[in-house]
Amino acid sequence: MESTFKNMLLVLFIITFVAGFALSGVYNITKEPIAKSKMAKKIAALNTVLPEFDTVISLEAALPEEKPIELSIAIKNDDTVGYAVETYTSLGFSGNIRAMVGFEPDGTIIDVVHLEHSETPGLGDKIEKSKSSWSDQFKGKNPETFKLIVKKDGGDVDAITAATITSRAYSDAITRAYKIMKAQKGENNDE
Amino acid sequence: MSNLNNFSKGLVKENPVLVMLLGLCPTLGVSSSAVNGVGMGLATTFVLVMSNLVISIIKNLIPDKVRIPAFIVVIASFVTIVEFILEGFVPALYESLGIFIPLIVVNCIVLGRAEAFASKNTVFSSAIDGLGMGLGFTLALTVLGSIREILGAGKIFGLNLGFYPLDAEGNPIVILVFVLAPGAFIALGYLVALNMKLKDRLSKKIK
Repeated sequence: MESTFKNMLLVLFIITFVAGFALSGVYNITKEPIAKSKMAKKIAALNTVLPEFDTVISLEAALPEEKPIELSIAIKNDDTVGYAVETYTSLGFSGNIRAMVGFEPDGTIIDVVHLEHSETPGLGDKIEKSKSSWSDQFKGKNPETFKLIVKKDGGDVDAITAATITSRAYSDAITRAYKIMKAQKGENNDE
Repeated sequence: MSNLNNFSKGLVKENPVLVMLLGLCPTLGVSSSAVNGVGMGLATTFVLVMSNLVISIIKNLIPDKVRIPAFIVVIASFVTIVEFILEGFVPALYESLGIFIPLIVVNCIVLGRAEAFASKNTVFSSAIDGLGMGLGFTLALTVLGSIREILGAGKIFGLNLGFYPLDAEGNPIVILVFVLAPGAFIALGYLVALNMKLKDRLSKKIK
């Protein structure tokens, strides 16, 4: 078809208009399932890293000069039974790693699960619970006495073979979670 | 050209990955397992069929000079629809395909078929062409993903094959390079060669 200024403008307008309309329709249909599946994932992670609880209070917390991250306080019978911190690190071998760390009120780590990462398959991806039991070593350790640094750098963390950078990054993420948990607890005690 | 031919040419003779070498970025990126290959292939097939269909319907209404932007808008809309649906109903697949779903927009197979076929042919044969090309892409990705998963992870479709020797920690000793990028190139090279042989055989038979 011959191209004139008018028909080009008109056709592109109609096409983008129809496309926008169709997309908003699909968006509305899929909005709920998407929110649900995100929620299900978060709840699954919370259940892994926290003891039994009745309610969860979620709030945002941040270390000085860092972006805020989400911290959930688990409550059972009006007692705080644990903290879950959705932490991250930018030290990963390829991109950011996000993880959820659960703490008992005294700061002992209950468990750590990864939420998102793009580490090397077969090496760095051993941080995933389904791939390796590596992350179990953090269970029941208190960062007060357990140095969250890989053994090579003088700490207590067993690094994944051939994935020291990933191990360092994961330790960094857990350290960040611990610091935020401590800061949050300090605030609560002041009240 | 018959419709049967329109469909079957995408599988072997003009297979988008193995003959035309199009869409190699998603091919190499997501074919680390068979399930990923199938998922990516089917998502792309949906986009191909729908965009071919719509483009062949509106081909006579689009002024020549703006046809590429018009095609891209149609393709991008279908890709976004696929993304919403996968995120809502198959979150596990959505996660493992990651950034490669939105990147279907720039998969040159889709725009290539729109420009080379759908904009010149009837609605029905365009849809058939999209289906054939899409399934050819799916086939190539699934075979490539299976090879890489078997050699690189000792599994097929996530099931443990169990014939690899185990190391001290109980993990199978596998050829790790095959789940990494270099392994994708190695396996793809052999697949292309194999497909060429197959194509030769087929064309000799017809003569």
